Amino acid sequence: MIRLVPTAIATAGALIAMTAGAVAQSKTLDAVKQRGQLSCGVNVGLAGFSAADDKGNWTGLDVDYCKAIAAAVLGDAKKVKYVPTTTKERFTALQSGELDVLARNTTWTIQRDSAQGLSFVGVNYYDGQGFIVKKAAGAKTGKDLGGATVCVQTGTTTELNLADFFKASKLQYKPLVFEKADEALRAYQADRCDAYTTDVSGLYSVRLQMAKPDDHLVLPDVISKEPLGPAVRQGDSQWFTIVRWVHFALLNAEELGVTQANVDQMAASTNADIKRLLGKQDEFGKGLGLDNEWAYRIIKQVGNYGDIFDRNVGAGSRIKIDRGLNRLWTKGGLQYAPPIR
Amino acid sequence: MARDIRPAAMPPPLTVTGPVAWVRQNLFSSPLNGFLTLLGAWIAYEVLANVVNWAFLNATWQGEDGSACTREGAGACWPFVQAKFGQFMYGRYPDGERWRVDLTYALAIAGLAPLLIPRVPGKLWAAIYLAGIFPLIAVVLLLGDVPGLSYVPTQLWGGLLVTLVVSSAGIAWAFPIGIILALGRRSQMPIVRMVSVGFIEFVRGVPLITVLFMASVMLPLFLPENVSIDKLLRALIMVALFSAAYLAEVIRGGLQAIPRGQFEAADALGLSYAQKMGLIILPQALKLVIPGIVNTFIGLFKDTSLVLIIGIFDLLGIVQLGLADQKWISPATPITGYVFAGIVFWIFCFSISRYSQMIERRLAAGGQRTTTKPLGE
Repeated sequence: MIRLVPTAIATAGALIAMTAGAVAQSKTLDAVKQRGQLSCGVNVGLAGFSAADDKGNWTGLDVDYCKAIAAAVLGDAKKVKYVPTTTKERFTALQSGELDVLARNTTWTIQRDSAQGLSFVGVNYYDGQGFIVKKAAGAKTGKDLGGATVCVQTGTTTELNLADFFKASKLQYKPLVFEKADEALRAYQADRCDAYTTDVSGLYSVRLQMAKPDDHLVLPDVISKEPLGPAVRQGDSQWFTIVRWVHFALLNAEELGVTQANVDQMAASTNADIKRLLGKQDEFGKGLGLDNEWAYRIIKQVGNYGDIFDRNVGAGSRIKIDRGLNRLWTKGGLQYAPPIR
Repeated sequence: MARDIRPAAMPPPLTVTGPVAWVRQNLFSSPLNGFLTLLGAWIAYEVLANVVNWAFLNATWQGEDGSACTREGAGACWPFVQAKFGQFMYGRYPDGERWRVDLTYALAIAGLAPLLIPRVPGKLWAAIYLAGIFPLIAVVLLLGDVPGLSYVPTQLWGGLLVTLVVSSAGIAWAFPIGIILALGRRSQMPIVRMVSVGFIEFVRGVPLITVLFMASVMLPLFLPENVSIDKLLRALIMVALFSAAYLAEVIRGGLQAIPRGQFEAADALGLSYAQKMGLIILPQALKLVIPGIVNTFIGLFKDTSLVLIIGIFDLLGIVQLGLADQKWISPATPITGYVFAGIVFWIFCFSISRYSQMIERRLAAGGQRTTTKPLGE
């Protein structure tokens, strides 16, 4: 969801930041190594992506990306300084140098990638708008929603996407709009509408807030593009490349079947792709400015993309988000990484 | 024959004395009052019954995660508060180091007791200790980074600790600054007056959230790289300056209420400006505006929640962070968390308010003698 006003504020901030950033061409990598800590911007609290567990440790899919970068660059996934950032301050925090990387469920758009001085390294979660409905109503896909009343938050792209979807599907619907997401959700709970719509990642948490979660179903349809991914400051291409290849290493590891559990056995593998990934053949770490075991450490300490997804938001979590678009390309999803070669 | 048996004294009829009469007189004196009493009782019962049901009868008392609180008509999810209680109090302050926070609280209470409780002696020493020594000890204890105490960055502070640190430091700084601003605004010197008026009016014209946002987001852009002021410190300074402006106006109200004669009498005695203000004017003015000052402080205490906007977790913020933990998601968790935060805030604000009323009564004792016996008659 993109709200217009905060975007405008952030843009103004970005303009100031870009002039400041042009002077400082410091190497983020050196700064991180010297500090001995990665400064990673995370959400102030989003189930499955960034939250504190009972012991106060940060957990989540975005948090694991911070850990993976720290493991690759500093050799220790624990050497992360988590900086909780709100929606409004996240970009300026990155531009001012307070953060080395922003892993905070941020949607990749052209405006952010150009005018706001950010560089998105990839998509670590393909999100998009979806629907939750009551199982008893019998809807199985979005096409079954003809004539339905849909609860939606007003003033966001969510509302526009909803209209577009029903127009394109040539279906009738009745939107019930609310100022706040909470209110829209409560109206759905009170049976005032047949479906509630927001981003799919949120729908699964919403389901857990129902008195009987199993009576509700998240439809498979994703009607908008919300590619979420980590971002770095523009102007430090080496750092950009490192963070980008941390992401690709996570994906390649899953594709090659190298998991946190079996990485040590896999190190003895004769498969050339696995040997290159784990640094047993060729010297790809050097090109990144790292040592050759960078990817091995990521997988050993954090896991591959599938491990991270399952543990935080997938089958191994309470949220149980369907992998959907986030499956590997080999399994019908969109997650695709260039080879390590 | 005279009858000398006195009739036994009958008790007064039930209708004029005892609880029945009280009920008749106060609750059912007329059909309308009777109706209103019943209506009130019914409303009170409905509300109370729901609260008791939610907080006790339908509440969940034991459970490993949110699924224990997931059912139709579930009440409060207390295991969530239990699991997160340490975080709610200390934030992510390391477990093994939390005694340092407790010790700081104890040292603060030791210093505050003589100042707050009239009977406890040693007020001068306590004031010197609180103003000069305690802040240093508190910073060293909480922050560490000295031999024997490991470094705990403010990033890890949170919960009630942050709420108390921000509000108490805010109050401690705002009070003297507020007095200076109030005096400055009434000063004869044009520059002093203009600076005071300018500051007060600027701050009062800007929402606190904007000031905090500026401190958090814009300030780093203006500072050279590698120079960063701690985020919590930035918030502290802003909160203190903000409250100082409001406090200055409250105190100015008190100053205006002091009759001119008091100023002239002080001048006639040949007192310097500092003596005049410190000995004659301010003690009277501050006494007059205690309700206003306490109001400002309670407002400040609750405003600390706004620091969440810059990614610092006060009590409310840390509760919200707990709500994001997927382990505890359930229909009952959010309400439980917010109710808990509300209760803690209420305990503190109510205590401050009761205490101020006590002080008001004590300080008003001198004034009452004159008001009960008006001079004019």
